[in-house]
Amino acid sequence: MSSPHDVVITGIGLVSSLGEGPDAHWQKLTQPGFQPVLDAARFAPYTIHPLPEIDWNLQIAKRGDQRQMETWQRLGTYAAGLALDDAGIKGNDELCTTMDMVVAAGGGERDEAVDAAILAASESRNDRDVLLNEKLTTELRPTLFLAQLSNLLAGNISIVHKVTGSSRTFMGEEGAGVAAVETAAARIRSGQSTHVLVGGAFQTEHSDMLLGYELAGYLHRGPWKPVWQRQGAEGGGVVTGSGGAFLVLEQREHAKNRGRKIYAELGPVVSGRARRRQGELNSEIAALLKQAQLPDGDLLTISAASGAHAATAAEKAVLDANPALAARAFSTLTGHMKEAQFPFAVALAALAVDRKAPYPVFDATVERPFEGAPNSVLATAIGYHQFEGLGLVKAA
Amino acid sequence: MANLRDHMGRPIVAVTGIGVVTSLGVGKADNWAALTSGKSGIHPITRFPVDQLNTRISGMVDFLPSSSKGASHLTYELAETAAQEAVSEAGLDSGDFGGPLFLASPPVELDWADRFSLYNSDKQEAGAERLLRVARGLKELDVFETTQFGSIADRLADRFGTRGLPITLSTACASGATAIQLGVEAIRRGECDKALSIGADGSATAEALIRFSLLSALSTHNDIPEKASKPFSKDRDGFVLAEGSGALVLESLEAALARGATILGIMRGCGEKADDFHRTRSKPDGSPAIAAVRAALADAGLSEDEIDYVNAHGTSTPENDKMEHLSLSTVFGERIGSMPISSNKSMIGHTLSAAGAVEAAFSLMTMRESVIPPTINYDNPDPAIVLDVVPNKKRNAEVGTVLSNSFGFGGQNTCLVMAREPV
Repeated sequence: MSSPHDVVITGIGLVSSLGEGPDAHWQKLTQPGFQPVLDAARFAPYTIHPLPEIDWNLQIAKRGDQRQMETWQRLGTYAAGLALDDAGIKGNDELCTTMDMVVAAGGGERDEAVDAAILAASESRNDRDVLLNEKLTTELRPTLFLAQLSNLLAGNISIVHKVTGSSRTFMGEEGAGVAAVETAAARIRSGQSTHVLVGGAFQTEHSDMLLGYELAGYLHRGPWKPVWQRQGAEGGGVVTGSGGAFLVLEQREHAKNRGRKIYAELGPVVSGRARRRQGELNSEIAALLKQAQLPDGDLLTISAASGAHAATAAEKAVLDANPALAARAFSTLTGHMKEAQFPFAVALAALAVDRKAPYPVFDATVERPFEGAPNSVLATAIGYHQFEGLGLVKAA
Repeated sequence: MANLRDHMGRPIVAVTGIGVVTSLGVGKADNWAALTSGKSGIHPITRFPVDQLNTRISGMVDFLPSSSKGASHLTYELAETAAQEAVSEAGLDSGDFGGPLFLASPPVELDWADRFSLYNSDKQEAGAERLLRVARGLKELDVFETTQFGSIADRLADRFGTRGLPITLSTACASGATAIQLGVEAIRRGECDKALSIGADGSATAEALIRFSLLSALSTHNDIPEKASKPFSKDRDGFVLAEGSGALVLESLEAALARGATILGIMRGCGEKADDFHRTRSKPDGSPAIAAVRAALADAGLSEDEIDYVNAHGTSTPENDKMEHLSLSTVFGERIGSMPISSNKSMIGHTLSAAGAVEAAFSLMTMRESVIPPTINYDNPDPAIVLDVVPNKKRNAEVGTVLSNSFGFGGQNTCLVMAREPV
């Protein structure tokens, strides 16, 4: 039974190595045997999924705005613009000024050249704190700070796209993406918001972004493999990708009143924090599946599994124990996009519901075929290190 | 019997525990004594050398065991210390809190001390390649954890037994207020009957100081540190970077009364509005700040003449104080000249991600103690800003309602309305 306060998805903005926009992603992801776009050379021994060619001008009209950002913020602002366009909200002052926003963010890019110079100089200096002051006061670009601040992705979305109802930034890897979607949906269901922009972006083509994983040895090394097949391979199992995913979530009544196309309904979104060192992850994922009120029968499951060995093994074990779930680990084809993982999973789930067709297997050795039109699709995001969440997307 | 629902039919949210740490000390008692005696916590920087720096003063918290251990460790300890005080005061089990956690904390980065130590533990290759190679050989997760945005909240969730996925958030200088707003909203939606909201910031590193300096945001009045933060004064020249934490235990009034908890105050309303003008400057007409104040009043169900006191954002930057005056005088009209408005930042500096929570804590104490902390260093009033800033000396006054403002870089504005008593 639909209700006026249901949460529906009316806009999708996607960017990854596969291209931009829902159509490009649908076309590539539904090609059986589609091969990922990889760059194994630039950050060897790590493989990454690079950004596609993007004409920033299409979503960030002012060069001055573009110059104030580094790639991460541009990417997020661009993906947000795609979602707003898709929902017919971009350029509509009334809808933009009343629109709430929850962005899932990490940090922006540091100046690698300045850092490298400081590190090099540190080899021959003992007064490293003084060295820092010398170099940072003279070599940092003043505006770079703003390009690094987590909340300035949302700030730039406000400036460029005029979304100003409210602005919140959640931090914390995949969990931030889960909480952003969960909070946005809760606001709509309770009548606090009528339409919310929610999503995130990740720019992996920067050594610090790789370092964030590799300080715990999470990155996969050696030849590329699909997400499910990295156990036991060299490294920690994560192959990263640049990309972003933004959604326009809207109250059903609000979307209907303005005559918008509805991709899908967003059903229950649930989240958790397993104490993984105490071995709770498998039971936590199983508990979340119970809370998500899954329908009977086969269920297409868009998994944001990262490939990180322990988390991916736990997710796989729980999926295997639930034979109705037919998993598709999209990071096999896009790479891991950190804060954007869950919004991306929800977007792909909504596309399958909208187009009444499943995705073919992304990894024929592990994933099983799914036949027929999916009426509901599950989206999962089990963090590579911490935090978990699920969401159920249903036919509108 | 008090009403348990507000003017919009939502559960009323009470505060049953308060904790605070600033450069003035640990805990409410020490902070309140210092704050009401007009004492400043601003002092010369000793944590790192100040060679080459234009600003050599701050409100750093230098007296905790983690004060020299880097931003992530200090932010955790600040958060934990304030939360422990709040949860204890609320009379709740500090290992099994049983409600969600909302943490406002600074964005994290690998500390320079760790960068240097990783880099110099090896000689092969250079730059990022060397760091990555050393990183993948590490056997401990300690350094990794300091670079994960969710780790501080994860540790706090373990420590206090909070429920579910903890939310770590940043709305720049409005973060602390946003953490409280998220807790209030979760209770109002009926998702929980209590929440732990914390704002904590221990990120006053050399690099942070230099970054703010390069944006010309910081005071350079180094000679008499305690005089540097002078909100609403004519010679104000920037904010003073500071650290601290504030924590509130929020509970539905119904749940709090049912367990016989002491009600320390009521979170009446929250309002926000984003600015689309500029990354560091606010819209010249002040409309976003005005809208945020009005949204908070509307959410609280109070009219302009029902606010007794304003706990100002009052950063002491030329831009903020001018804009805050403009927006307050637009909302409150002629009454603004006779309403008490003071800035805690005159004494504790700008605690950034913590500020909204620290100042909410002080706002609640202002009502409970019937004492308004002063705006110190108000020796040279800005003639363009005619406000009753409670200059230099505390004032005894009955305060039933407070508006607390938080306006952030990146255009995120959040206002909170608090009351002493339930309706």
